[in-house]
Amino acid sequence: MNSVTDLKILVADDNRSDRMILKAIVRREGHQVIEAENGHEAVTMYDQFQPDIILMDALMPVMNGLEATRLIKSRAGGELIPIIFLTSLQDAHSLAECLESGGDDFMSKPYSQVILKAKIKAFSRMRVMHAQLEAHNKQMVLEQQVAKAVFDNVAHSGCLDLPNIRYSLSPMAVFNGDTVLAERKPDGSLVLFLGDFTGHGLPAAIGAMPLAEIFYGMVAKGFSIEEVLREVNSRLYSILPTEVFCCAAMVELNLYGKSLRAWVGGVPDLYLHQQQSSQIQKIRSDSLPLGVLEPHAFNPRVTEWPMANGDRIFLWSDGIVEAENTEGEFFGEPRLEALFNGTDSEALFDLILFEVERFSSGVGHSDDITLLTAAMVDIETLGMPRFDASRGAIGGPLDWRMSLELGPQSLKAFNPLPMILNTLVEVEGLRSHSGELYTLISELYSNALEHGVLRLDSKQKASADGFARYYNQREQRLSALESGQVTFRLGHSPEAEGGRLTIELEDSGPGFDYAKANRSADTPSVHYGGRGMALVEKLCDQLQYEGKGNRVTAVFRWPRLESR
Amino acid sequence: MSVSAIAGDKNNEMTIRITGRFDFSSHQEFRQIYENASPDIKHYVIDMSETTYLDSSALGMLLLLRDHAGGDNADIRIRHCNEDVKKILTISNFGQLFKIE
Repeated sequence: MNSVTDLKILVADDNRSDRMILKAIVRREGHQVIEAENGHEAVTMYDQFQPDIILMDALMPVMNGLEATRLIKSRAGGELIPIIFLTSLQDAHSLAECLESGGDDFMSKPYSQVILKAKIKAFSRMRVMHAQLEAHNKQMVLEQQVAKAVFDNVAHSGCLDLPNIRYSLSPMAVFNGDTVLAERKPDGSLVLFLGDFTGHGLPAAIGAMPLAEIFYGMVAKGFSIEEVLREVNSRLYSILPTEVFCCAAMVELNLYGKSLRAWVGGVPDLYLHQQQSSQIQKIRSDSLPLGVLEPHAFNPRVTEWPMANGDRIFLWSDGIVEAENTEGEFFGEPRLEALFNGTDSEALFDLILFEVERFSSGVGHSDDITLLTAAMVDIETLGMPRFDASRGAIGGPLDWRMSLELGPQSLKAFNPLPMILNTLVEVEGLRSHSGELYTLISELYSNALEHGVLRLDSKQKASADGFARYYNQREQRLSALESGQVTFRLGHSPEAEGGRLTIELEDSGPGFDYAKANRSADTPSVHYGGRGMALVEKLCDQLQYEGKGNRVTAVFRWPRLESR
Repeated sequence: MSVSAIAGDKNNEMTIRITGRFDFSSHQEFRQIYENASPDIKHYVIDMSETTYLDSSALGMLLLLRDHAGGDNADIRIRHCNEDVKKILTISNFGQLFKIE
């Protein structure tokens, strides 16, 4: 970068004596002079010498100063090359034309030497500032690239590439504060997250990293979405300044139970599109965004919805509803809702993007649109998730027994499944079966808790109304619970080849007539619920009810036979 | 966009009126108004009758004011919101933190 003196100044004038005078003035100021006799030569000299400032005559033969200015400015691109017109023209129209062609200033002949010198100084200061700005900007782009690379490593892509998920997110979305995440739970359930941090740039991006880390870590270990949300809220609350928070939604698709659990805090209503009826069910935001409430005041309320294969859940940030057209009008909810009318569920995603883009065409920031959708499918379509099997000692503990008794306080507030699963996968042979084991213990545990301790009737879940009622009752009875317990008794023993895991659960409930239930087990179940036991039987080698039906033992042997 | 302060009926009350879009560009102005106000002010009214729109940065500013006004003990009423503004406050459930009238 040149300093204010010692600049390269191009003087373009067809009048030789004018050129000489200019040259003398400029040289006296300590600058170097390059001369051109017409516009064409000025462009050539620009290319060859890259001057710092150009003094340009407007009227010249071969190519006039206006045309030369246009060419030079387009070649300079982002770099600032100040061009000062020195002209005998006097009328306002001609002078304005000099500026319109790209000139930065003009002086009418005969010009004052003092003013010319002052202008050269002023423009050279401007060049220095411009160069500093450019350098800062370059530095910022570089920093953003590094930050984005780090973020991509932390957030990786999770399982957003699954065939039943579609999403739209600008590549630099992290810098407008939008985040989309997806991960499988060990039982195969699919958990989706869409978040929108307040603000723009690095302040908006910074919270996304701990958020992604907590999300992936906890979901893969089998924590419930309430637990993940609590942890995310408390972390964001402690690290972010007051005015930065995250509007978000988190949903879990249970592929076995064909249901959806949803939490919405500060993003527009989620739409649950039912393929069969082509109806939409809106799931409203009923919570404050993440990072606003103190940890002890944050109580995520999750709603449950039945879902059939082919039904789709849609999550979005306010970018869609607030997409503006050239008149400054919002795309708005009525337009969005109308798109769902009679549209095939598969085509909805593309239609929404297409229509929003068309609406806001000519406005030019349609890449702010963040949209995420997932369809309910059978678990076979996705397969079971594979988790890292490369940790822990070889072999692990092979001969052990443990038991865990949960009283009413624990049943209310604690999810024992991640802890138990983490213990089980210490046995190396069980590690690659964490998905099946998680499903097994979670089905047995929810039976013991819901049908045993809380005495809920699974037949209720057969209808959509009953489904909601069931989960309302579950919540009410659980929060009113004063007595009762569930006991886990786990044991593992080595066998000639592999090992044998026994899982026994006993609850304080009244039990049930399992002999009778066995006889009617041939009837295929068409209910939303009631699938649990058939699934559990498929997953283990032996399943046996004992006592009055309040105790169940499942045996799981490894290595698993290929046929299974 | 402009932010202006009006003394309330009682001398420990202050009304902040926001005209036009309430977004990041009002940050400085909004903050200065409540930070320069007399320490006796205990009650705040945000008058949104002239507010056309607010974005998430504006929600953040409201949280800053809430902190300044005593956090959980803050007395802040948000008045005369138009439908768009009310919708944004409803979606983000700010009714749990502010009195929206």
